[in-house]
Amino acid sequence: ASRVMVASRNYADFASEATFELKKCDLHRLEEGPSTTAVMTREEGLHYYKTMQTIRRMELKSDQLYKQKIIRGFCHLYDGQEACCVGLEVAIKPTDHVITAYRAHGFTYARGVPVREILAELTGRKGGCAKGKGGSMHMYTKNFYGGNGIVGAQVPLGAGIALACKYFGKNEICLTLYGDGAANQGQIFETYNMAALWKLPCIFICENNRYGMGTSVERAAASTDYYKRGDFIPGLRVDGMDVLCVREATKFAAEHCRAGKGPILMELQTYRYHGHSMSDPGISYRTREEIQEVRSKSDPITLLKDRMVNNNLASIEELKEIDVAVRKEIEEAAQFATTDPEPPLEELGNHIYFNEPPFEVRGPNQWIRYKSVS
Amino acid sequence: LLGEEVAQYDGAYKISRGLWKKYGDKRVIDTPISEMGFTGIAVGAAMVWLRPVCEFMTFNFSMQAIDQVINSAAKTCYMSAGSIAVPIVFRGPNGASAGVAAQHSQCFAAWYGHCPGLKVVSPWSSEDAKGLLKASIRDDNPVVMLENELLYGVPFEMSEQAQSKDFVVPIGKAKIERQGTHVTLVSHSRPVGHCLEAAVVLAKEGVECEVINLRTIRPMDIETVEASVVKTNHLVTVEGGWPQFGVGAEICARIMEGSAFNYLDAPAVRVTGADVPMPYAKILEDNCIPQVKDIIFAVKKTLNI
Repeated sequence: ASRVMVASRNYADFASEATFELKKCDLHRLEEGPSTTAVMTREEGLHYYKTMQTIRRMELKSDQLYKQKIIRGFCHLYDGQEACCVGLEVAIKPTDHVITAYRAHGFTYARGVPVREILAELTGRKGGCAKGKGGSMHMYTKNFYGGNGIVGAQVPLGAGIALACKYFGKNEICLTLYGDGAANQGQIFETYNMAALWKLPCIFICENNRYGMGTSVERAAASTDYYKRGDFIPGLRVDGMDVLCVREATKFAAEHCRAGKGPILMELQTYRYHGHSMSDPGISYRTREEIQEVRSKSDPITLLKDRMVNNNLASIEELKEIDVAVRKEIEEAAQFATTDPEPPLEELGNHIYFNEPPFEVRGPNQWIRYKSVS
Repeated sequence: LLGEEVAQYDGAYKISRGLWKKYGDKRVIDTPISEMGFTGIAVGAAMVWLRPVCEFMTFNFSMQAIDQVINSAAKTCYMSAGSIAVPIVFRGPNGASAGVAAQHSQCFAAWYGHCPGLKVVSPWSSEDAKGLLKASIRDDNPVVMLENELLYGVPFEMSEQAQSKDFVVPIGKAKIERQGTHVTLVSHSRPVGHCLEAAVVLAKEGVECEVINLRTIRPMDIETVEASVVKTNHLVTVEGGWPQFGVGAEICARIMEGSAFNYLDAPAVRVTGADVPMPYAKILEDNCIPQVKDIIFAVKKTLNI
């Protein structure tokens, strides 16, 4: 929960909730889909807004730090897609499981890792959520399994987590995410088969942001109906720029899994403002006009803001105050991330194994040895 | 336990005979022919502590899934700075069999032994197989267990202790199968038996071989090898895999770097599989694997007799 500084208006001036019409989802092998109306309370709206805004500003700060060469290597930013990770998170329980690929900073935050630990991991410092040893693509927390660098490899992993969920019988499910580029990986189809065969409680989620690196979906896939690619697995196509649409669809999908009906597939139609990674300007395979059009017509944060203001759930001033608070949090986190020391050299050998007595690890030559503790 | 034919077929090589009948569908799972998929599923289940045993019908097929073994299993504990563990066992027959030709005869000891984050074990005797499997399952890390198809049919004596319920063989410790004074033979898996046969023949000629069964490829117990070389002053490594970048090559490199180097009276010698893809015809295949005569020849060469 977030404490929000309210502007001069009283609580009594705002509505406590409002009902919204949602875009209908395209369905595959489903008789009915998620609800096309959603109720959002004021608290929920403020929470979604703050969370999305935090992710937005965190990603923009990462862009800045990368250009200053304080972040190195790979950095895949999520700005534009915030409604996806936030909509998903608020529709499931903290005891459910999530796994995604490398565009993972938004999920890492949504699953509970503080911004300062994310930024410090990006800058490779000891205060990072993986002690600086993972980097952008390898961030984890409870019930969040990364952060995976090999395209598509996380999909079988997610089904495996779902298999364990079914085995343990605690009514937990696993959200297994991948992109439109990964959707053509063979191992995903192997996974669809086994998940359906064994009725695993797995929600396969394709975040379709229209481009796999520099290749548009039309150039990569014989069928761009990603929600149908699961064939025998029921699917739905969701407006990924609308946090409520994502929320309702996810609730629907989660219910399907928890009822023991097996896996289900969701395609979230979304967009990334940045290029594939920080080394990709993102304008050689798409036009600036296209990016600008999405920003002005479909930005997920603007969409939410307009909904809240137009339905008297919040005032512009109040939301501006949230913006200010978010900026402050990001600045402080960035300050931490740039001043925290790098991990000590001794850390180099640690965590090779889990729950193992200490042993020695070889360095670049036979005389350099590091101790490895787990 | 999951893998192809492990449940209702009782295992392609009958290793899991009776398990499905006893434990049912929930615990013994037949998979479709989808190595990359089911290996990834096994690794994911391991991350949530289901402790799966993932069987490869042979390790040749593990190549299709090797990304999941290395990138998803081996590296995750390190990348997550210890917050995600992957307690999993990958097991199955490895190396040469009989007449199965090139695509079904590769030894993966060197490939998996190369990677930090994995443990790699290679049983020879029944005691090794039982003790190492139990130790591997109890280990909280990804373990690759390289069995051998031809050894599945070979009986070994087992002590009372080895037959007891909680008998484990520690991972990372080699075993001296035969004491000797003139030369150290280091091997793993099936060739250990060949070394012992060679030792019997050589003993008649007055050469006493010390035969070391590595049992674990990674982490390798080089200390036991070093102590032996200090005693015998001669080293011959024996393995079924190809020579280049193999297990023997690693042993030789480590001996050179360590205290035992100064005790060598002759360069260390490697006996390995022939450096070719495995041919089919029996006469060719027989000459591609290290035979007893090859070991004896290597010993005599290094002892200059």
